Amino acid sequence: MNAIEAHHLRKSFGPVTAVSDVSITVREGEIFGFLGPNGAGKTTTTRMLNGVIPPDGGTALILGHDIRSEPVLAKQGFGVVPEISNAYTDLTAWQNLMLMGELYGLDRGKAAQHSSDLLATLGLLERKDQKVQAYSKGMKQRLILAMALLHEPALLFLDEPTSGLDVQSTHMILSLLRDLNQQGTTIFLTTHNMEEANQLCHRVGIIRAGKIVATDAPEKLKTAIEKVHTIEVSFDRDVSGDDLAALIGVTSAERTGDKWQLTTPDKDATIRALVTFTQQRGTAIVTLNTLAPTLDEAFLRLTQGDMS
Amino acid sequence: MNPAGLPEQVKRAWAIAKKDIRLYYAKNSVLIFGILMPFFLFLAFFAGSSQLPLTFLLPGLVGVTLLFTATALSPAIYAWEGRHGTLERLVSCPITIEAMVFGDMIASILFGIGITLITVFIALALGLPLLHGIIMIVSILLAACCFSAIGMLLAVPPTSEPSTPMTLSLLIKFPLIFISGIFVPLDQLPSWGLVLSACSPLTYFTDLVRYSFTGEHFFPVLADILILAVITLVFTAGTMYLHKRTMPKRM
Ligand SMILES: Nc1ncnc2c1ncn2[C@@H]1O[C@H](COP(=O)(O)OP(=O)(O)O)[C@@H](O)[C@H]1O
Ligand SMILES: [Mg+2]
Repeated sequence: MNAIEAHHLRKSFGPVTAVSDVSITVREGEIFGFLGPNGAGKTTTTRMLNGVIPPDGGTALILGHDIRSEPVLAKQGFGVVPEISNAYTDLTAWQNLMLMGELYGLDRGKAAQHSSDLLATLGLLERKDQKVQAYSKGMKQRLILAMALLHEPALLFLDEPTSGLDVQSTHMILSLLRDLNQQGTTIFLTTHNMEEANQLCHRVGIIRAGKIVATDAPEKLKTAIEKVHTIEVSFDRDVSGDDLAALIGVTSAERTGDKWQLTTPDKDATIRALVTFTQQRGTAIVTLNTLAPTLDEAFLRLTQGDMS
Repeated sequence: MNPAGLPEQVKRAWAIAKKDIRLYYAKNSVLIFGILMPFFLFLAFFAGSSQLPLTFLLPGLVGVTLLFTATALSPAIYAWEGRHGTLERLVSCPITIEAMVFGDMIASILFGIGITLITVFIALALGLPLLHGIIMIVSILLAACCFSAIGMLLAVPPTSEPSTPMTLSLLIKFPLIFISGIFVPLDQLPSWGLVLSACSPLTYFTDLVRYSFTGEHFFPVLADILILAVITLVFTAGTMYLHKRTMPKRM
């Protein structure tokens, strides 16, 4: 059985199409990274999978239960760390956890035992009787993770769990995720952090403008990123795009304003070629920047790779 | 354990109720709308209509108190929780919307009953007899369910501004007081007034309370109870159905 099987999910908010066609399969036991730039529809997809908002179309089977027709059974099996932290700030950490225990039908002793263990693991045990109001962002996020894990779910959803967090909290959360996965928990991790996905995930799905554009192992993704470098250059005279595109390594040359954007897998060779080129033409380089490959370029690259 | 089964969902509804009790009983707006308002309203009328006997007015006080207290927190819960994002957490938990609504109703019902019992004791302390204790208990329970369902019904339009449903609920509660035989005996109403009264669940409750205290009543007691029960069932089913439909719009 797959942990998640989603087919052709769609969702619009008024005129905005947040998700236009998303199909995802997540296997049991894997860490699946759901990657995409801001506004791509990651959170909307996750909320549909969690049964928080109903899709306009499509189906989602979570742990074998249809999220529309058997929401309670599906929800019983997974835990959620949503994009926006949502513990009750007027309750203590402990009260929040006990509430979760009751909502998931755990008996009190078990809930208390698990809560203590999780709070200890996440470094919150000493502050357990303090109202969540007084917590830092990182502490809140760790508590939310504890709340999501209390009922020992087989599947865990996390929506950008480390975004904007301190290093200590980030490290704690990521290493806990790794341990959980080793013990068999399936993890659906939404992120726009390529590096995080790369370190953690067995497979990643990439969403762009509401559509899945690629599903791959992160190694392949990484290779794709490393293939694309951008060099931004401008000259004191007009040069032809065809000449630039013919330089060693250059895969494309595009003009924006007075600057040229050259993409290349080998920036060193291309810069050398550029220098030779300008010497031969008697023109001078006015500006030259090498741009780190952006996530967006990697996405583009992957999409193009898939299409060819 | 079947998480989706009724017994389990009722237990989870109780968890929601306990959370509401912890979080919302002591909220200022709940205390103001639920307790101070009816108290001062009643004082004003009490001072102004001294020709009516206490045996008539005190059952009215019990009626007004239950109406206000049992609807004090239910209208605003989802607005508060929507605003803080906690509603999204509840919706991602294995609890049905019906059970959530039921849990919120339980918290409202207990708040209503608790404060209303105080006014019952005040009435007894002021010398009213209690002729039908069982009827009193049954009718307070029933009416508390009915009024809390009304409160939840007022919370149906999605908003994250808690004062909107609270104001809406005031706009409905004040007219109810004037058509429900609280300050004016039903037999002194013109026939069109009586028709209006018959539409208000508060009328039947107040009638039952008067009967419990003094044995006097306007409608047959069984009719009061039956009508109140039917209204309660219809409103409860209605509010659960409507909340199920509107909940996604709050997300
Ligand atoms: N509740 C909502 N109402 C209106 N528009 C929304 C809502 N949620 C998301 N959107 C829009 O849908 C698009 C996708 O958003 P989202 O799923 O949050 O993206 P991501 O999580 O990938 O950043 C965005 O354009 C966003 O503005
Ligand atoms: Mg998001």
